Amino acid sequence: MDQHIAETAGYHDEQWHSHGHQKESFVTKYIFSQDHKTIAKQFLITGMFWAVVGGALSSVFRLQLGYPDMSLEWLRPILGGWITETGQLDPEFYLAMITMHGTIMVFFVLTAGLSGTFSNFLIPLQIGARDMASGFLNMLSYWFFFASSVVMLISFFLETGPASGGWVIYPPLSALPQAMQGSQGGMTLWLVSMAIFIVSSLLGSINYITTIINLRTKGMTFTRLPLTIWAFFLTAVIGVLSFPVLFSAALLLIFDRSFGTSFYLSDIYIAGEALSHQGGSAILFQHLFWFLGHPEVYIVMLPGLGITSEIIATNSRKPIFGYRAMIGSLLAISVLSFIVWAHHMFVTGMNPFLGSIFMILTLIIAVPSAVKVFNYLATLWRANIRFTPGMLFSIGLVSFFISGGLTGIYLGNSAIDIQLHDTYFIVAHFHLVMGAASFFGMLAGVYHWFPKMFGRMMDAKLGYIHFWLTFVGVYLIFFPMHYIGIAGFPRRYYSWTNFDVFNSFTDLNIFVTIAAIAVMASQFIFLFNFFYSMFKGRVAPANPWKSNTLEWTTPIRPEHGNWPGTIPNVYRWPYDYSKPGAEDDFIPQNVPFSQTLESNFPHENDLIGLEKEEEGIVIDENETH
Amino acid sequence: MFEVAIGLGVILVLVILLLLFRVQSLLNVARGSDKKIESTSNRVNGALMLLFFIAAMIAFFWYSISAYDDYSLPVASDHGILTDKMFWITTIITGIVFVLAHALLFYFSFRYQYKESNKALFYPDNHKLEIAWTIIPAIVLTLLVGYGLKVWTQITADPPSEAEVVEVMGYQFAWRVRYPGKDGELGDYDYQLIDAVNEFGMDFTDKDSFDDFVPSEIHVPKGQPVLLKIRARDVLHSVFLPHFRVKMDAVPGMPTRFWFVPNKSTEEMRQETGNPDFNYEMACTEICGRGHFSMRLILVVDEPEDYKKWYDSQEPFLSQNPSYLSKVPEKLLDLASIASGIDNKN
Repeated sequence: MDQHIAETAGYHDEQWHSHGHQKESFVTKYIFSQDHKTIAKQFLITGMFWAVVGGALSSVFRLQLGYPDMSLEWLRPILGGWITETGQLDPEFYLAMITMHGTIMVFFVLTAGLSGTFSNFLIPLQIGARDMASGFLNMLSYWFFFASSVVMLISFFLETGPASGGWVIYPPLSALPQAMQGSQGGMTLWLVSMAIFIVSSLLGSINYITTIINLRTKGMTFTRLPLTIWAFFLTAVIGVLSFPVLFSAALLLIFDRSFGTSFYLSDIYIAGEALSHQGGSAILFQHLFWFLGHPEVYIVMLPGLGITSEIIATNSRKPIFGYRAMIGSLLAISVLSFIVWAHHMFVTGMNPFLGSIFMILTLIIAVPSAVKVFNYLATLWRANIRFTPGMLFSIGLVSFFISGGLTGIYLGNSAIDIQLHDTYFIVAHFHLVMGAASFFGMLAGVYHWFPKMFGRMMDAKLGYIHFWLTFVGVYLIFFPMHYIGIAGFPRRYYSWTNFDVFNSFTDLNIFVTIAAIAVMASQFIFLFNFFYSMFKGRVAPANPWKSNTLEWTTPIRPEHGNWPGTIPNVYRWPYDYSKPGAEDDFIPQNVPFSQTLESNFPHENDLIGLEKEEEGIVIDENETH
Repeated sequence: MFEVAIGLGVILVLVILLLLFRVQSLLNVARGSDKKIESTSNRVNGALMLLFFIAAMIAFFWYSISAYDDYSLPVASDHGILTDKMFWITTIITGIVFVLAHALLFYFSFRYQYKESNKALFYPDNHKLEIAWTIIPAIVLTLLVGYGLKVWTQITADPPSEAEVVEVMGYQFAWRVRYPGKDGELGDYDYQLIDAVNEFGMDFTDKDSFDDFVPSEIHVPKGQPVLLKIRARDVLHSVFLPHFRVKMDAVPGMPTRFWFVPNKSTEEMRQETGNPDFNYEMACTEICGRGHFSMRLILVVDEPEDYKKWYDSQEPFLSQNPSYLSKVPEKLLDLASIASGIDNKN
């Protein structure tokens, strides 16, 4: 195995050497690039574009919820006919906006933007590879994502508006064009866009998995992988197993919509006529959808957890507590994520016995999640913490993960879920635990790896301001929603004034709206910092955070191929921070034990002999070439 | 003109901010303060961690206690008492974890902020600790699951045979209810028979449907089990009775059900809430289109004797719409006239 890796690395060295001198054109370098670092930046910028769109949508519908009587006439230049004659938001467009907000945030920002950016950027750099296993597939993965983005964007400009049946697109609502305008052309484009998106996601995931299994540098065993890589690896595995199921669900929906089949439709009378569809099951779609939908939550969450594990350890100057337990809990979460989907369906009329089973399985998943939190806390205990912006956002993630995770215990309990299902309680829950938490993971990653991406530092003080405004703001948005949800307010309501029981909390809704707009506004601090620092930021040192992982052994601005010479070998795990006896408070992964005699543990001294033998093999290999 | 002035003002402010930012970062470079790790920024961030925790906890407890009456909905069903109790037990358990975990998170962040003189403790693992915090949550969750299962099984058990049956049908965008009438049996239906008047698609070849009635409000008796037979005729809807802790989706082509025991009459609830206009309401909680937010139906809980009076005074659908007699098969016509009470009227 080791020999094989060495051979691969050797082969790559030669290949890269001969390619290094060729001038790349603008198109191959920045547009149709096969360099994983460029592709990562493409994913990041596209993800940021979508995050702004998704955030802007939420600001507008929060205005509707906070100030239902407010005139939105000033939006007419953008929204045109979607503003009614009285200056209000059209109720169907309201639904379109929440649908697009959900779709964009879950798929385009937190799946493609997060995994696409950091899996692409970090996998080759942290495992010590020249690039992804297939640079070409990687490039295709981005351009499929781009195509799917374009299709989704076009749907905004249809006369009948974009898809508006909620991001879960439950049929029959999404299947019947008569049911709402958004189920006409908008829904078709949504399905086309998602089909292309799934192709992109699969190409990416397969590449990540292959790269991690095959292209690790010499000495980089699975138990020496940074937790980021473990998280990306499991995320990709989950994606490969679950996205095809969404694809099949979407395909059947396309058949129902366009070719007269009845997979999901039965006994429907709508718009004055009885349809001929019979024998289908609307619940079938929900099972298929959530078989992706629930793992999707972890596809969104795991990269964030991986990124924070790395950043917290680095900035605590301390090994991550319970490295193996962290891997174990990631594995447990990944496996369990496939067998909890029906907890989204407790009150759909599903057999109550099935509800019991899914309740048990769901609450089991809380155990590995709790272990992760405790391990983070133990890592911070007696640490020496540097509050870099990345570290702040990582701590924020842990806080959201705790707050949002605990409310999962309510919702996973089917008896309590009866009341809370589809209320603002669930909105609060998932926005904290998967929305804000993963978003913070993404921001933490950007702050932390910006120096590696662009060779410059982001401004730390702006980062602090951005963090505190966002962190406090997110809590001000989502914490009050728990109370609104306990009071029973249903989600996806255009207005609550029709009901006496929901005709309260106008003050709290105004409060939430103000907080939401403030958080949205403070993201522009980040955007400014990002683009300004890209060109004018201070030039980064080689290893700005004094981190152990391999990416910091590359040049400040690595070329395609990452390392100019041979790829460094790996001798130790990535978390040797503040090791007793060591001079510095960090020992990078590529430092052999033979050079750190003063800090080695007895079992590590035993490895020195092995290191020498292995080096011998490498030299032999080079001679034979 | 006014807009232009505002626009210029905004640009001016942005330029000033940009300049301030530039000056600040140049100053940092000149002072070399960005090289220092044990900096003011680090101390400020550490202090803010603790400050945030204290402020957030005060706000959390203050609001949770002072606004209790605003966010807690009075409960009016037997099983609702059980689920509410479980809700609050879960709240206590998770509340403790919530406060403790955050206390540690923010206190550690504050306490162990960077000091030049300090070195972090190399502490990669501790198996006993890890096993402990795997097993303890597992035990707590097992207890919660066990308790939840018990309540869930009770709620979803088969309805008692004496339960009052009410059919609820959702469509875009309203609810309709149908009662079985004197015979206590709901008649068959078929979605192909639906028209503008016969919204349920009642099948008048079935004699059970002759006395079914379709009121504009839903009435249920206090203290007796009520079985909602739920269906939808176009897209998904979801029956939500917030005060009764009842929620169940309405699915086209797949009838669902939910049974519960209302234990406070509308009158009693009016007294309890001090609101003479109080009414129980039914809402929709599954997105169903443009009018999703307006699917309101009033539900009245009567004392059993009032309920009986109301029930007996209702006129069957067939009697209200005698033209549907034409759908009744020849040999059942007499029966239909009697059951629907058309005979008595003439």
